[in-house]
Amino acid sequence: MYIVVVGGGKVGYYLAKELLEAGHELVILEKSSDRARQIADGLGSIVLNRDGCEGKHLAEAGANRAAIVAAVTGDDEDNLVVCQMAKHHFDVPRTIARVNNPKNEELFRHLGVDEIISPTRMALASIEQDIPVHELLHLAQLMGGEMELVEAQIGEDSPAVGRRPSDLNLPEGCSLFLLLRGESVQPIKSDTVFQAGDKVLAVSRSDGEAMLRRQLIGDGERAGAAVGS
Amino acid sequence: MRAVIVGCGRVGAGLAERLARVGHEVTIIDVSTDAFRRLEEDFPGQAIRADGTDEDVLRRVGIEGADWFYALTEGDNRNVLAAQLANETFGVENVVAKINDPVRAEAYTMLGLATICRTRLLIDALARFTGLEPDPGATGVRDVESHHDHGPVESDGGQPGAMAGAAER
Repeated sequence: MYIVVVGGGKVGYYLAKELLEAGHELVILEKSSDRARQIADGLGSIVLNRDGCEGKHLAEAGANRAAIVAAVTGDDEDNLVVCQMAKHHFDVPRTIARVNNPKNEELFRHLGVDEIISPTRMALASIEQDIPVHELLHLAQLMGGEMELVEAQIGEDSPAVGRRPSDLNLPEGCSLFLLLRGESVQPIKSDTVFQAGDKVLAVSRSDGEAMLRRQLIGDGERAGAAVGS
Repeated sequence: MRAVIVGCGRVGAGLAERLARVGHEVTIIDVSTDAFRRLEEDFPGQAIRADGTDEDVLRRVGIEGADWFYALTEGDNRNVLAAQLANETFGVENVVAKINDPVRAEAYTMLGLATICRTRLLIDALARFTGLEPDPGATGVRDVESHHDHGPVESDGGQPGAMAGAAER
C-alpha cells in the first residue's frame, strides 16, 4: 500500500517506521530541512523536504496514487488542509489527521476526514486510568465518539447504593451491562442491587454522561472524594 | 449588522475600521495585543486578544448570529480552519478566507468556501498594468458560483452546506 505521511515529528517518524516494517511503501513530507535530514539518517531516503500543505508538493509526493494520506504535524490547521486537499484534489480514499485540540475532532469528521488521531485525548485517558479512584473513567469511544464506554466506581455516598438498575433515572440510550464486584465479574440484571465498592461498566451517549454520573456517583465533592480515599 | 474578523494585520485592521465607521458592529481578534496598534485609537469596535481558530473563543466573542466572518490572519491554513468553523459549526453564512497560495485558494473555492487570494490579485493587477489580458479568476472575493467581484454584503443564497456535500462525496 502506498502511504503519504505529512509531518516528520515524533508521531510521523515512528508511524513511518512501523509502516515500513510492515512492508508498506511510503514517503514523508517534512518542511524543516534539519528534521528531514534526521529522518533520512534514521529511515533512509523516504523523505521529501517539502511543505505538505502545498498542492504541488502533494502532487510531487504522488498523492494521487496514495491509498492513505496521514497528516500528523503539530498544527491542526495544517493537518486539516492536507486531508482536505488529499481528499478533494487528489481523490485519496482514506485520510487520517492528528488533532491536537480535542474540540476540533467533530469539525474534522464533519469536513470529511476519515480517521482522527488525538494524542491529547489519549494522554488524558491514560492519566485518568492512572488515578486510582476517579469514579468515572472513559475507557473507549464508540461510533465515532457518539457513544462512550465508561467505568463508574460506586462510592459509599453514591445514590445507587442499595438500589436496582430500574430504580435509577438513567439517560436515554444508556445501558449498564457489567458489574465488577471484588474478584467477580457478572452481568448486570434487573435484580442486581448495587453496593459501595462496585464498579459498573456502562455504555452511554456522550451527552448523557453528566446524568449518568449523578445517578451512579452522586453530585458533590468528586475531586475531594477522589483525593481523600 | 455584525462582523467578526480574525487577524488584525493591515488588511484586518483596515477592514475593521471601515466597517465600524459606517456603523456596523465589529469584533476583531488577534493572538497578539501588539497587532491592535494598527487600529485607530478611537476604533469603535471590540478588539479581543485570543486564538480565532479555537471554537470556544469564537463562541465567547459572539460568533453565533454574526452576519459576516473574515479569516484574515497571515496563515492560509489557519484561515481555512477558522472559516470552516464559522461556516460549518456556527452557521455563519457570509464567510471569507484569505488564502495566499493560489493552488489552495482554487481548491477551497471549488469546495464552496469564498476565498480571496492576494497573490493572484496582485499578479493580475501588475500584468494588466503591463498590458496583458486580465485573469478572469482574479477578481475580488471568489466563491464557487460567481466568479465576478462579489461584495461581502450580498448573500445570493450562496451554497450553504456546499462544503459539507463535497466533503461527503
